[in-house]
Amino acid sequence: MRPRCVISLVSSAYTHTRKINSYFKSSVLIFTTRNMSSATKLPKVFVTRKVPEDGIKYLRNKAEVTQWNSDDAIPRGELKERVRGVDGLFCLLTDKIDAEILDCAGPSLKAVSTMSVGYDHVDVGECNKRGIPVGFTPNVLTSATAELTVTLLLTVSRRIKEGIEAVKDGSWGTWKPLWLCGQGLDGATVGVIGLGRIGFAVAQRLKPFGVAKILYADAEEKEYANQLPAEYANLDQLLEESDFVLGCCALTEENVGLMNSSAFKKMKKTAIFINTSRGGLANQDDLYQALKSGEILGAGLDVTTPEPLPTDHPLLSLDNCVILPHIASATLKSRNAMSELCARNIIEALNGNSMPAEVK
Amino acid sequence: MSARPKLYINQGIPEDGEAIKLYRKQCEITMYDEKKGGVVSVPREEFLRSVKGVDAIHLAYPAKIDNEALDAAGPQLKVIGTMSVGLDHLDLAECSRRNVKVGYTPDVLTDAVAEAAIALTLATARRHKEGMADVKNGVWGSTWSNSLYLCGKDIKGSTVGIVGLGRIGFEVAKRLKAFGINRLLYCGRTHKDYASEVDGEFVAFDDLLRQSDFVIACCSINPSNHKLFNAEAFKKMKSSAILVNVSRGILIDQDALYDALKTGELHAAGIDVTTPEPLPVDHPLLTLPNCTVLPHLGSASINARHAMANLTARNILAGLKGDPLPAPVPSQK
Repeated sequence: MRPRCVISLVSSAYTHTRKINSYFKSSVLIFTTRNMSSATKLPKVFVTRKVPEDGIKYLRNKAEVTQWNSDDAIPRGELKERVRGVDGLFCLLTDKIDAEILDCAGPSLKAVSTMSVGYDHVDVGECNKRGIPVGFTPNVLTSATAELTVTLLLTVSRRIKEGIEAVKDGSWGTWKPLWLCGQGLDGATVGVIGLGRIGFAVAQRLKPFGVAKILYADAEEKEYANQLPAEYANLDQLLEESDFVLGCCALTEENVGLMNSSAFKKMKKTAIFINTSRGGLANQDDLYQALKSGEILGAGLDVTTPEPLPTDHPLLSLDNCVILPHIASATLKSRNAMSELCARNIIEALNGNSMPAEVK
Repeated sequence: MSARPKLYINQGIPEDGEAIKLYRKQCEITMYDEKKGGVVSVPREEFLRSVKGVDAIHLAYPAKIDNEALDAAGPQLKVIGTMSVGLDHLDLAECSRRNVKVGYTPDVLTDAVAEAAIALTLATARRHKEGMADVKNGVWGSTWSNSLYLCGKDIKGSTVGIVGLGRIGFEVAKRLKAFGINRLLYCGRTHKDYASEVDGEFVAFDDLLRQSDFVIACCSINPSNHKLFNAEAFKKMKSSAILVNVSRGILIDQDALYDALKTGELHAAGIDVTTPEPLPVDHPLLTLPNCTVLPHLGSASINARHAMANLTARNILAGLKGDPLPAPVPSQK
């Protein structure tokens, strides 16, 4: 669909010119609502990509929305241009929001929200220093993400990828007692790195599979762990004892590359590593070596470095590594809810209220 | 001293397992060696030759035990142990008529099959086949679809219909409860008391079809449910529904399934069992992005396969002694 440019009649010369330039230069969709009765101008909100309708619908009568109406992530140069003079910024995890972007936006910027629960791409400290609250989208994506994490675990543990391939390539040759046998969850020890909302939801879903023990590593003990129950452990113990190691934590400066060769060495040779946190949690070269050499049994990643992963990446050559294109929150319900919550965060902040979901 | 009973095993069982140890103490074993044989499962003619004169057969599914096989073995055959809970490959009436005891492996594979059913349901709902392919083929990153790229179905809040709330169906239901499903429906010949443990609602098959977001078939096969899932059944199902089958291929009319998936009458399907097995690589179902086919992995967990081999060994050794089997087939209980 070719974007249409709607040029508002109520606009300053500067804005008018910018819109015409934009129409010819690139695909930018502009909505402008004329509020004839109100003396105050609507706040300007820039949306960095095509996003689900629920968020745009929410913004429609409350803001002057400009949008990078593309399937592709907005290039850095474009982002720096588009944020100039905006009041609110609706961004995605593919957008790095740092001091430079905040400088480009200027003093008008009063609210930033990302359509994700991860916020490692936003310099929250820098935003807060400038009095800009940062919103995110926890809770509304928890069940979809937990479901995908369990799905990925089972796809690896029960060798679903190899199974699908064997059917397609004809190596399936009637039932054989030991062929493509996988690790069961019954009697297993599951180790959750980061027992936050998502980690807890994953552990809840794994319990009825007959899991014998749930361990978790976290910055601090969580009271709600008793509901599972899950046992607080230091990372080394978790790595040594777990049959399934799950990366469910937020990515911070402290835990980049946490899952490296020394971590994989500590794991059981029959253990499986699942990562739905951020690609940066795992050292991918070390992971490749560990999988290739049999130091660990298998791995499943929904997140990689970079995203997308180049098609010639060595991890893609391994039977015992499953990689998904970052679809943890990919359900209609979840994505629409994320879009709306992100929009809501921005509008509430611009109205001087607290965000429904602010990164603290 | 009487000679040791002759045992034939038609596919390799774990060398480090209990079963082979037990057998070595008590039987004269012939085991099909697929490395030597060159094909994955023993060809029929060799199978018929190999069972001649044996007292017991340790049987890997789906080798057929029919009149031909029983004749080939001879009247001295005392016991067959099948490593399966499905019995559709055995002529049980004929076995009983010839006084051949038959054991099978219920319970020890229940967790594995329930887990596989959930794995298949989730992988189909969340489009793993497409996702993995997109990563390999470089499609990842080329399309975003309004941030709706590869969106799948939520399990939370859905209505799940289990066709056959037996051991396996019940364990599937138990696991799905933790996902926050809205309703658990089941159908079958009779209402089950234990269904209340999973908040199961007993409904007619047609009602289950009409109301379910996920239909998971876990039932055993009998002459009355061949092609239970036919064109009419797919018409009754929601067009947004997903069908999962871990029962037997014959439960589904595969041509009708193809049509339903192709036209969007059915949203997606995940099948672990087909007709035949293996499914030919050029089968139309394999061309559909919304059909996930697995090579009968239901009980393919290390624990389950060991347990199945061990229980089969115990069934066979009991049968050879003339003792009651630990797990006789229901018709011989």
